Order: sequence, then C-alpha cells, then structure tokens
Amino acid sequence: MIYLLFGYFATVSILSGIFTIALKNPVHCGLSLLSLLLHVAGLFVLLNAEFLFAVQIIVYAGAILVLYLFVLMLLNLKTEEQYLHKKYPFFLFAGVAILGELLILVFQTPYGGAKGVATPEVVLQTRPSHAVGITMFSDYLLLFEIVGVFLLGAIIGAIVLAKTPTAPTAGADG
Amino acid sequence: MIPLSAYVGLSFILFMTGLLGVLIRRNFIIVLMSVEIMLNAANINLVAFSHYLSSMAGQMAALFVIAIAAGEAAVGLAIIIVVFRGKIATNVDQINLLKW
Repeated sequence: MIYLLFGYFATVSILSGIFTIALKNPVHCGLSLLSLLLHVAGLFVLLNAEFLFAVQIIVYAGAILVLYLFVLMLLNLKTEEQYLHKKYPFFLFAGVAILGELLILVFQTPYGGAKGVATPEVVLQTRPSHAVGITMFSDYLLLFEIVGVFLLGAIIGAIVLAKTPTAPTAGADG
Repeated sequence: MIPLSAYVGLSFILFMTGLLGVLIRRNFIIVLMSVEIMLNAANINLVAFSHYLSSMAGQMAALFVIAIAAGEAAVGLAIIIVVFRGKIATNVDQINLLKW
C-alpha cells in the first residue's frame, strides 16, 4: 500500500513539475505547480512529517500560490509565441553539466549517518506537532527569531518596492 | 519500507526540472515558479533524511526553507511588478541593466 502511495505521489509530482515548466499559459503553469505542491505534501505524510504537511498546504498552496495567481491576474501577461529563452541551447548545456555533477554527488552519498533520538515511536508518543514545537523553541530558537526578522524585512521590502510612485508634491496620502 | 534512495532520486529529478525551468523559460513568473520547484525538491530531501536518520533537524530545516520561500516569493513578485510597470522589460532576457 505504501509503495502504491509513494508511486502515485512521486509520479504525479514529477509530471506536474514537467508541466509547470513546459506549458505555455502562465495560469496553467500555476495550477500544475499547485498540483505539485499538494503531492509533495502527500509525500511528507508518508515520511511521518504531519506538521510539515499542514504547513506545506497552508503556506505554499494557500499563500504563496495565491500570491502568484494574484500577480498573474494584475499583470495580464500574454501567452507569447516564443516562450523559451533565446539562447536556450547554451543553457541546456549548462543544465546537463550541473546534472552530471549532481549525479556524481547522488551516487557518492553514503545514505546513512549518525542516528538521532527522534525515532517514529518517540515522536508518536509525544505527538508530532508537540515534538516539532519543543525542538523549534529549544534548539532552534535563535534561528526562529532570525526568520521572524527576515520575514519582517521581506514584507517591508515588498511594500516599498510595489508601492505606487506618487509625485512628491501630491501630499502624503500613502 | 521505501528505500531512502527513492526519495533522493525523486528530489533529484524535481530539482533538475526546476533548474531547467529557470534556465530556459523567458517568463518572469515561471522562472520564480521553477525556483519554488527546486525548493520543494530540497524539502523532500531534507524530510526524507530526517525520517530515515530519526532526527528532527531535517524537518526544522524544511520549515525554515518554507519561511524563506515565502519571503522570496513576496520580494520577487514585487520586483516583477516594478519591472513590468516601469515598462523596463516583459521577459527575463530583456533585463540587461546590470550587464557589462
């Protein structure tokens, strides 16, 4: 059963990834990106990461993708004839080079290492979200605070960038 | 039990898909979407190793990656809006202000 689920999630996520970069209409690309995100969320459930599953659906599929679709709606991009980069054979070559390097890395990985203490039984005993919270607010507290400041900076930057420029004499309405 | 290498292979394929999208597409927004695919591939890798090595560290890293992705999407889309509104360019290969 778990093999079947893994096969389904893996196949559909790869297919939607390919559709995301291959379809011409940006809205169709956004929708196949949505399908990819949902199936990756399914993979997180198979890996016993229930909290990440919820975060993936709420933040990625719920917030980031809606942001993309809003910008697509505001910009009203036309579907163009030439949707590939002009020099794309050169970039394909660069992509093949990076692929070779990644393949070497993948085949050299030992696929092992020092085991931690959070075995599935322990996590199930303390409840998954509880375990995530305890780890995040003890070992990773500093990183958590830094991410908070980072997000504040990102919000301010996005607002400043996307603000409609007004003439300096128009008064302070913004 | 699914082998760890299956997850690593899947994340490899997804990462290459996203990388190809970044390299060959002209549309701004689809380039950003391809970056999201690459971040998702990294997340699968992190969570798979976190599960198979029974450690919470990978899940934490994946959570922070999601937070960074949200910030990146917000700033990137704001830059796209500025470029598009200022009629600077309509495609990625037309932005050459910083080209020497």
